[in-house]
Amino acid sequence: MGEPIVRYENVHKSFGAVEVLKGINLDLKQAEKVAVIGPSGSGKTTIIRMLMTLEEPTSGEIIVDGKNLWHMEKNGQLVPANEKHLRQVRGDIGMVFQHFNLFPHMTILENCMTAPIHVQKEDKKSAKERSIEMLEKVGLGDKLGNYPSQLSGGQKQRVAMARALVMRPKIMLFDEVTSALDPELVEEVLEVIRDIAHEGRMAMVLVTHEMEFARDIADRVLFLDGGVIAEQGSPEEVFGNSENKRLESFLRRFRR
Amino acid sequence: MNGNWNWDTFFDALPMVLEGIGITIGLTFACYLFALIFGFLWIFLRRIPVKSLNWIITWIMEFIRSTPPLVQLFFIFYAWPMVPVIGMALDPFTSAVLGLGIHFSTYIGEVYRSGIEGVDKGQWEASTALNFSIRQKWTKIILPQAIPPAIPMLGNYLIIMFKEVPLASTIGVVGILHMANSYGAQHWAYLEPLTIVAILFLILSYPSAILINKLEKKMNRRFDKKAIVKNSKGAVM
Ligand SMILES: Nc1ncnc2c1ncn2[C@@H]1O[C@H](COP(=O)(O)OP(=O)(O)OP(=O)(O)O)[C@@H](O)[C@H]1O
Ligand SMILES: [Mg+2]
Repeated sequence: MGEPIVRYENVHKSFGAVEVLKGINLDLKQAEKVAVIGPSGSGKTTIIRMLMTLEEPTSGEIIVDGKNLWHMEKNGQLVPANEKHLRQVRGDIGMVFQHFNLFPHMTILENCMTAPIHVQKEDKKSAKERSIEMLEKVGLGDKLGNYPSQLSGGQKQRVAMARALVMRPKIMLFDEVTSALDPELVEEVLEVIRDIAHEGRMAMVLVTHEMEFARDIADRVLFLDGGVIAEQGSPEEVFGNSENKRLESFLRRFRR
Repeated sequence: MNGNWNWDTFFDALPMVLEGIGITIGLTFACYLFALIFGFLWIFLRRIPVKSLNWIITWIMEFIRSTPPLVQLFFIFYAWPMVPVIGMALDPFTSAVLGLGIHFSTYIGEVYRSGIEGVDKGQWEASTALNFSIRQKWTKIILPQAIPPAIPMLGNYLIIMFKEVPLASTIGVVGILHMANSYGAQHWAYLEPLTIVAILFLILSYPSAILINKLEKKMNRRFDKKAIVKNSKGAVM
C-alpha cells in the first residue's frame, strides 16, 4: 500500500495555556479504517478537526497525500498555509459531524448537490444524478424534496454522510456521529457506515464511543489518553487483554 | 391665526402638501438603500482581522449612533463644505441621503450582525468541510440563513426612517412637512396642513407595520412552507 495517505508528525495542540495534544505521530494508510477511542476531553475531536482544517496545530506537521496541510512553500521557505493552499489540500477530505450541520435552507437533494456543483464545478445534471443515487443508497430516495427540519436525527445523519460522499473524498472523518441520536436510531446510521467501510476505497477515521462497532469495522484502534496515543493496535489487541491500566479501566465502563 | 378647523383650508392645502409626497417617499427609499448597503460595509470592515482597526470601526459606529441625526444632517449640509481639502458643498437631498443613510446604516449593520451571529457555527464548519470558498460560504450558506430572520427588523427600520425623514426639511428638502410649513407661512394657517402631514404618515406607516408583522409570522414558518411546495415538485423529479 506504499505511502500513507495521511501522516501526523509530532503534532501538538494547545488551547490557551492548556496543551491538549502532546505530540501525535500517526500514519493513516490508504483505505485504512481507524477507530479513535478515549476518555472525554482527551482530544479525539481535536485530532480530526485539525485534519479538516477546522483547528490549526500549535506545532508539528500534517501531511495529506504527500502535501503539507498547514504549511506551504514560498521562496524556498515553509510559511503558514493561506486559504488557497488549504482549499487545494483539503479537497480530498470529508467529514461528518456529531450534530449533522445540514444546511437548513436547502432541501435534502440541494444539500448534496451544492458542493459538487459550486466547489467541484461538476455539471448540474450529473451532480443531481449522483446525489439522488447517493441518497437512495443511504435509504432516503423518497425524501429528496424535504427539508432537514422534517427528518429524524438518524435520517439527518444519513443525509450528512451522503453529502460528504458525493464529493468522493479519499479520507472520511466521523466525529461521534451517533452520539446525538436517540438510541433506537443509532443502528441505521452505523449500518450505512459499515456499508461504506466494506466498499473499502476510502480511508476512514472514526471517533466513537461504540466499542462493538469499532471492533467490527476498524483495522486499527487508537486509544487516546493524556494528550498522546497511549495504545494502539488491531481491535483484538486493544479490546483483548491489554497491559495498559488506563485502557483497561476505560474499557471496563463499556463492558457493563 | 384662526384657531378653528376649516375644511376649505384643508382642501386648499391638500394639493400643495401632496406635492411633497414624492420627495418624502423617494428620500426614504434612497436613505434606506444607502443604509442597507452601508450596513454591509460596516460588517465587513469590522471583520478585518486587525485589532486596532476593529476597535476604531466599533468606536466610529458608536459615535455615529450616539449623535442625533439632526446634528449629523446639519454637519454634512453646513459644516462639511467648510472642511479643508475633502469638504464640498452638497445639495439638500444628497446631504439628507448621506446624513440619515449613514446614521441608520449603523443600526442596520447591527441587524445584519445579529443575523449572522445567529447562524450556528457548525454551518461554517460544514461549509469548510465541503471546501467552499470564503465567498461561497457567505453567499450560499451564511447570508441565506442570516438575512431572512432579519427581514422584519429591517422592515421596522424602513418605517422608523420614514418617520425621521422630515428632519430633512430643516436643510430645505421639500417633502410634505416642508410643503405644509410653506403653506402655513403663506396663508397663516398651520392646523390643517400639518394635520394632513400627520394623516399621511399614519396612512403610509400603519399598513407597512401590519405588512411587516405578517412577514415576521411568515418568516417563522418559512422552512416548513417551502418544504410543502418543494415536496410536490420533488415527486415529479
Ligand atoms: N475551541 C476550544 N477552545 C478551548 N478549549 C477547547 C476547544 N476545543 C476543545 N477544547 C478542549 O480541548 C480538550 C479536548 O477536546 P476534544 O473535543 O478534542 O475532546 P474529545 O476527546 O473529543 O472529548 P469528547 O469525548 O467529550 O468529545 C477538552 O478539554 C476541551 O475542553
Ligand atoms: Mg469529541
